[in-house]
Amino acid sequence: MTEKYVVAIDQGTTSTRCIVFDRRGQLVSLAQQEHKQYFPRPGWVEHDATEIWRNVERLAPRVLSRAGIGLDQVAALGITNQRETTVIWDRVTGVPVGRAIIWQDTRTDALVHSLAAGTGASEVSAISGLPFSTYFSGPRLRWMLDHTPGLRERAERGEVICGTMETWLIWNLTGRAQHVTDVTNASRTMLLDVRTLDWSPTALDFFGIPHAMLPSVQPSIGGFGTAREAFPGVRIGAALGDQQAALFGQTCFTPGEAKCTYGTGSFLLLNTGAELVRSEHGLLTTVAYQIAGEPAAYALEGSIAITGSLVQWFRDQLELISTAPEIETLARTVADNGGCYIVPAFSGLYAPHWRSEARGVIVGLTSYITKGHLARAVLEATAWQTREVVDAMNTDSGLTMTTLKADGGMTADNLLMQMIADVLDVPVVRPLAVETVSLGAAYAAGLAVGYWPDLDGLRRNWHIAGQWIPAMEPAAREREYANWRRAVTRTLDWIQPPG
Amino acid sequence: MPGTVQAIERAAAILRTLAGGPGRLGLSEIARTLDLAKGTTHGILRTLQLVGFVEQDRVSGQYQLGGALLHLGSSYLDINELRSRSINWADPLAARSGEAVRIGTCLSGQVLVVHHVFRPDDTFQTLDVGALLPLHATALGKVLLAYRAGGPVPDLEPFTRLTLTDPRALTGALEAVRDAGWAYEVEEFLLGQAAVAAPIRSYGGLVVGAIGISGPVDRICDSRYRPRPALVTYVRDAARAISRDLGAGR
Repeated sequence: MTEKYVVAIDQGTTSTRCIVFDRRGQLVSLAQQEHKQYFPRPGWVEHDATEIWRNVERLAPRVLSRAGIGLDQVAALGITNQRETTVIWDRVTGVPVGRAIIWQDTRTDALVHSLAAGTGASEVSAISGLPFSTYFSGPRLRWMLDHTPGLRERAERGEVICGTMETWLIWNLTGRAQHVTDVTNASRTMLLDVRTLDWSPTALDFFGIPHAMLPSVQPSIGGFGTAREAFPGVRIGAALGDQQAALFGQTCFTPGEAKCTYGTGSFLLLNTGAELVRSEHGLLTTVAYQIAGEPAAYALEGSIAITGSLVQWFRDQLELISTAPEIETLARTVADNGGCYIVPAFSGLYAPHWRSEARGVIVGLTSYITKGHLARAVLEATAWQTREVVDAMNTDSGLTMTTLKADGGMTADNLLMQMIADVLDVPVVRPLAVETVSLGAAYAAGLAVGYWPDLDGLRRNWHIAGQWIPAMEPAAREREYANWRRAVTRTLDWIQPPG
Repeated sequence: MPGTVQAIERAAAILRTLAGGPGRLGLSEIARTLDLAKGTTHGILRTLQLVGFVEQDRVSGQYQLGGALLHLGSSYLDINELRSRSINWADPLAARSGEAVRIGTCLSGQVLVVHHVFRPDDTFQTLDVGALLPLHATALGKVLLAYRAGGPVPDLEPFTRLTLTDPRALTGALEAVRDAGWAYEVEEFLLGQAAVAAPIRSYGGLVVGAIGISGPVDRICDSRYRPRPALVTYVRDAARAISRDLGAGR
């Protein structure tokens, strides 16, 4: 019998990856392609959706040949994606109307400000489980409709359709047969009713989004048709937003289990089971996953916009290091931050503050500060932002986190992992699979087609690969946290409302 | 005497041109200065860029000398970079072998552990990234010694009665490592422990580190006290996968 595998497509912020996994949930082969980031104006960030689809077409044969397997050995395809990134395209030609506007883009700042002040805003927040922020895709769609002449009319006639990246990829993969989204991605639009798990007429009305342009909402794990392009003949078993996929990949299936993924941004998700928990402390209510025919599992999410991307900024814009991992080397040239703090509110502050008018600061600069201190402050920014979110989550859930399950590319940074253990005062563990985002999509797809029998089978694949134990003096922790919080206050009210 | 390699001469001339120039130079300028075809010059520049000797400005597309040239004397691959590039392959090695995985590089006559993956049995273990191990008594160290040109001869300290303390025995063992393409240790460093390791290579075959597994002798070795072939294959496959990502065998 020929061995079978599951393939995940991880359509991320900086690159798209295809990964082949085996039955143990271990990586067999990987192919990756970066795509261009467009920064047309300050605060604007765009992707070319066509370039991304072409990348998937190119990666498919590459990843299979690296694994030495054929299409007939692929049991299922799972898709995971950068969330909230939105694209509109022509239903007939398949050509996008402008570039995709990505989740970090803050162009909707003024729009969100005025919408949030409008009648019905609090009801929309309650229906969607989300606060008003430039982060989510609903306001982004509205902006596109407002700023492209004739687009609204075309949308109402169903000539142009929209979606987040999984919708775009599935539409292309299935040879334009399926215009669908999954509940986790849909729960990031502000347009979904998180209880009924379908588009909310109230929210669509509020944002002025024509229903005709929206994809149909499906459970995350079930079926999205069969691929005709890139992986012809392979069943698309699952689609999940990247952070929900990571929660699934970390096998956090039980209420109370949580993970934090350290990537471009960082995202702490806590499974709250069938219960829909409303946060009092700036966390989001989101759908964790839904298996077809079963009720959805919900999660509380603490989203941090800028973590790994601060390291990228340090590398690409300041050019103080030549590769991202060198941040650790540079940070280890000094013993502490020298009194310097960086708060990377590049696109405002996300959880738990949700202050879109905030902008980044470097404080505590003296002539003593070297690039080594700055490198430390870069890493510490990720650690302290995690602390703020964990504090909020502990308060909201009434539980106290005893261990942090970490994953994502930044877990390769041992100094950062130690800092996080230090500032949280709990052990940080890394599972035996850094690529939990892709793994989660693979698990979900494999589960959908019976490649893996059940959730318990997946759980048995989870093992600890590394652990960091807190080693910071409590007094130092308190002092540094107080400094960090003072630094955060310096970012607020930077962008002034127009007029 | 063998003939000279023209491409290397041209590469050297390009480097001298860049070193002598006012700063960044464009492709046409370099090609014109050396009277070379643009295509040839571009190919050489691309290769030099790949190995870090030349950098291209993202905005202007012009070339300058790369940072790697300044650090030719020191270890060229940052250890944190090595960990980051290996992590995806070290995890599957631990999962398949069921043993702990370590990645090491050479640091002043010892093995520096730059990455450590726990044995996947969820027992309590402690990360020993940053630990130093003897070169001559460990599988990781023997790999690093076998593919090292020159360097100080390590102090052949005995750890067990099986540690190789005779320089000639060590030389023989290192030759065997080069022949086989992998190394092992059986109770040479710690009693009851055995290990297998293989080289991690970068472009041009340059060995930049070693990856290996270690565990109790009865799990690592067969009844004849030799590492189990399946485990050796896992280790070598992981080493090859990392090497491919680092540009070896291009």
